[in-house]
Amino acid sequence: MQMWKYILKRLFFGLVTLFALAAITFFLMHEIPGSPFAGETSHVSAAVREKLISHYGLDKSTGEQFVIYLGNALKGDFGTSLNRKGMMVADIISNGLPVTAALGACAFGLAIFVGILLGTVAAFTKRRWVSSCVTFFATVGVSVPGFLFALFLMVIFGLLLDWLPLVGLTSWKHYIMPSIALALGPIANICRLTRSSLQEQLRQDYMVLARSKGTSQIKVIVRHALKNAMIPVVTSAGPLLATLLTGSFVVESMFSIPGIGAEFVNSVSSRDYTMIMALTIMYGAMIIVAGILTDIISAMLDPRVRLK
Amino acid sequence: MEQNEILKVNGLTVDFATEQGTVHAVRDISFAVREGEILGVVGESGSGKSVSMYSVMGLLADNGTVTAEKIEFDGQSINASDYDGKRSYEKTMQSVRGNTMSMIFQDPMTFLNPTITIGKQLTEPILNHTKLTKGQARARAVELMTLVGIPSPETRLDQYPFEFSGGMRQRIIIAMALAMSPKLIIADEPTTALDVTIQAQVLDLIKELSKKMGSAVIMITHDLGVVASLCDRINIMYGGKIVETGTDKEIFYTPNHPYTKGLLACIKNPEENDKDLVPIPGSPPDLLKPPAGCPFVDRCESAMKICKLKMPPETVFSDTHKSACWLNDARAEKGVNAHAR
Amino acid sequence: MENQFDKKLQDIEADDALFEKLEDSEKDSEFIAVEAKTYFQDAWKNFKKNKLATIGLIFICLMLLLAVFGPIFSPYTYDQQDLTSRNALPSLQHPFGTDKFGRDIFVRVMYGARISLSVGFASAFINLIIGVVYGGFCGYFGGKLDMVLMRLVEIIYSVPTLLYVILVMLIFGSNIFSVLLAICISGWVGMARQVRAQVMSLKEQEYALAAKVMGAGDSRILFKHLVVNSIGPIIVTTTHMVPSAIFTESFLAFVGIGISIPQASWGTMASEARGLIMNQPIQMVWPVLAICLTILSLNFIGDGLNEALDPRKRV
Repeated sequence: MQMWKYILKRLFFGLVTLFALAAITFFLMHEIPGSPFAGETSHVSAAVREKLISHYGLDKSTGEQFVIYLGNALKGDFGTSLNRKGMMVADIISNGLPVTAALGACAFGLAIFVGILLGTVAAFTKRRWVSSCVTFFATVGVSVPGFLFALFLMVIFGLLLDWLPLVGLTSWKHYIMPSIALALGPIANICRLTRSSLQEQLRQDYMVLARSKGTSQIKVIVRHALKNAMIPVVTSAGPLLATLLTGSFVVESMFSIPGIGAEFVNSVSSRDYTMIMALTIMYGAMIIVAGILTDIISAMLDPRVRLK
Repeated sequence: MEQNEILKVNGLTVDFATEQGTVHAVRDISFAVREGEILGVVGESGSGKSVSMYSVMGLLADNGTVTAEKIEFDGQSINASDYDGKRSYEKTMQSVRGNTMSMIFQDPMTFLNPTITIGKQLTEPILNHTKLTKGQARARAVELMTLVGIPSPETRLDQYPFEFSGGMRQRIIIAMALAMSPKLIIADEPTTALDVTIQAQVLDLIKELSKKMGSAVIMITHDLGVVASLCDRINIMYGGKIVETGTDKEIFYTPNHPYTKGLLACIKNPEENDKDLVPIPGSPPDLLKPPAGCPFVDRCESAMKICKLKMPPETVFSDTHKSACWLNDARAEKGVNAHAR
Repeated sequence: MENQFDKKLQDIEADDALFEKLEDSEKDSEFIAVEAKTYFQDAWKNFKKNKLATIGLIFICLMLLLAVFGPIFSPYTYDQQDLTSRNALPSLQHPFGTDKFGRDIFVRVMYGARISLSVGFASAFINLIIGVVYGGFCGYFGGKLDMVLMRLVEIIYSVPTLLYVILVMLIFGSNIFSVLLAICISGWVGMARQVRAQVMSLKEQEYALAAKVMGAGDSRILFKHLVVNSIGPIIVTTTHMVPSAIFTESFLAFVGIGISIPQASWGTMASEARGLIMNQPIQMVWPVLAICLTILSLNFIGDGLNEALDPRKRV
């Protein structure tokens, strides 16, 4: 019962946040010179201008325009793309999102699995060099920008060795390089987090008490350390999931993947305001949903969050 | 005498590797605990009292090394060097810990896992050492909760540690230690972290329940006042050594070691209300470089030159009363020093 | 019993003089073996023990020197084109070679260091100030105000950085200040959260109460007691902000929406060299190496500080 109350409360605040985000973005867009929301429609053709004015109510006040926009958005209508003539924004997103999300899910799985595995190994190994190696790798991993690592992978495995296809996303082989490029930073981050969190757990007094009850070392770790150690990992995995599902702008454009991330970069450089607006709302919604999911999982893991 | 000693420790030494060097926390101590008795181990912080008991249970941190001539519990050696390899030692210790030997810890706020229900934590030792089902273990847990005086145990078992007060948590920790009616309970400063009003209750509880179950208790404390009414025998520890051992009467009425006397001067005697409390000046020795002689030499009023050079031998006053102090040497009287008794 | 005692004594020096009273001057009563050190002396000592962190610190210092003085002593400027020596390989005249316009890459890398390091340090500093004040305020006063302010933080965090960049660029144009501003708009959020959590747990402690009892004002308690006591995590978070700002800057430049050409940033250089990757891979190596080594060094420093400032993390 308490859990439901908690979830409802979080959902409510999530909606408030999303509304505020939409409002802020909308009004900012309104202030930018050259934006169709600002009423400056000179750079588009007369036909498009007519359409824009009627669709967004550009002749009405900003507040009314926002209400109109929200009303349309709730019906799934984000308007037409300014850059790609005749394309609905909602269609572009629904075409691109599955591709991006599939790739993001691969990268997320990879990051969670490899990250937690390496972090656990580094925390428990008795061999100093193993933990040093993992730590070093993890620091390098967070230090190499994803776009450089993607480039590196492309040169080595795509060009020099010619093992993997360079661009596109048509077979499982196409997923390997972009997934790894996307996952490198997250792997390193989760690995560091898992390691330090586990080590923190091993120092806790209650680990000694558990051992004093005659529980074996392995059971002590599984029962008492792992669950508590995962709380900070879950907290950071939520935003990570949101980021990965909405795609990496650079990795997608580098591998020419027809996803939503590349769309964002394109819409930014071509000042496709309707696209930017819709993508921002979608991105914000993703982060908020991921945040709520994270909070629910942490509440399940940690009764102190749930019951207080 | 010998056969009813439940725990016998000879020549126990514990070292810790730290950044600054090796800390010699416990240096060659020997002691024994008899069945059903309460042994007090008294000393200030860093005297090695907790460390020696942790090492008996094999619960030291990884940077600690334990060496001993003999650690015998309930007729079985639990000295790591008698086992080939850490694994077989751990296996034996797992069957001992929480079963025949258990521990009550100092701080009830940090020794309970915050994310696991009390019920799960309390049934853990029962499930570890018996073939009882979860339901049966739970029933036993309810009994234990009642035994340590926690009201409505059925509902409280499903709660988490943060829903309990400090005193209640300490009762739960005691219940865990008592779960298997152990032959020996090691209580590591069980009242230090509690409110004064609750301290007496908890001590009484430990005393009463250990008598009921026939368990021996090692009561570790820095407070001679705590052990006064509780213990049958007392070991006084200082600087990683046992400096004096005796029955409660011997320690309180005929203390021999200057450190013991100093400790007694620090506690308030209700019969002499106007007596001033006398603190012991100085601080305990640094166990990175333990002194060659008596560890108390630098704070001792009656210290002699020999005290600085050589560890004093044990002087035996009775079967139970022993003390390690040079003042007991016949030649001490001849020296310039007048031994104030 | 007596016999046993005497026997034991026999193997001890039978020198009666040894049984004279030990003078007080011969006792070292307040013997302290471990030298007392302040928090920062202790931290510095531990930091120096960490080899990777020390190497990182040396590297960053060298980089700073090169960024400040390098371009002054170089015969070339970052935008000076020499069409006679285009795409030259490394030589004595051009230690890192030249790019497709014949510009000296070494000088451009040093100019890039100026931009990257100033963006990195300046944004970390700004984020530090805003984050500490905002987070401290939220954590200390708590309640409804805190809830509203933290919602705001959540909203700011939900907007992609790229969007801030675009908005700022559109309003202020493409220059280093726009990049800095864009990074700072959302960059302080992490610090604010960290400080808030620290202050919330510290304000429950006795010394905060003690300060209050002694009549200290709220701002004094907050900044003199609570913030100072969370200085360790604050320093560590700040050190990790520098590389992430450099990261963002080079990423923006690489995508082509950061600072405008011909200004040299490591990101723009990498982006330009990308087209020549098959023919002139060496041109790619320099900016990439500069970015990676700088971020790596800063991360090593951050990790070293983290260990040095948190006594619990020491082995």
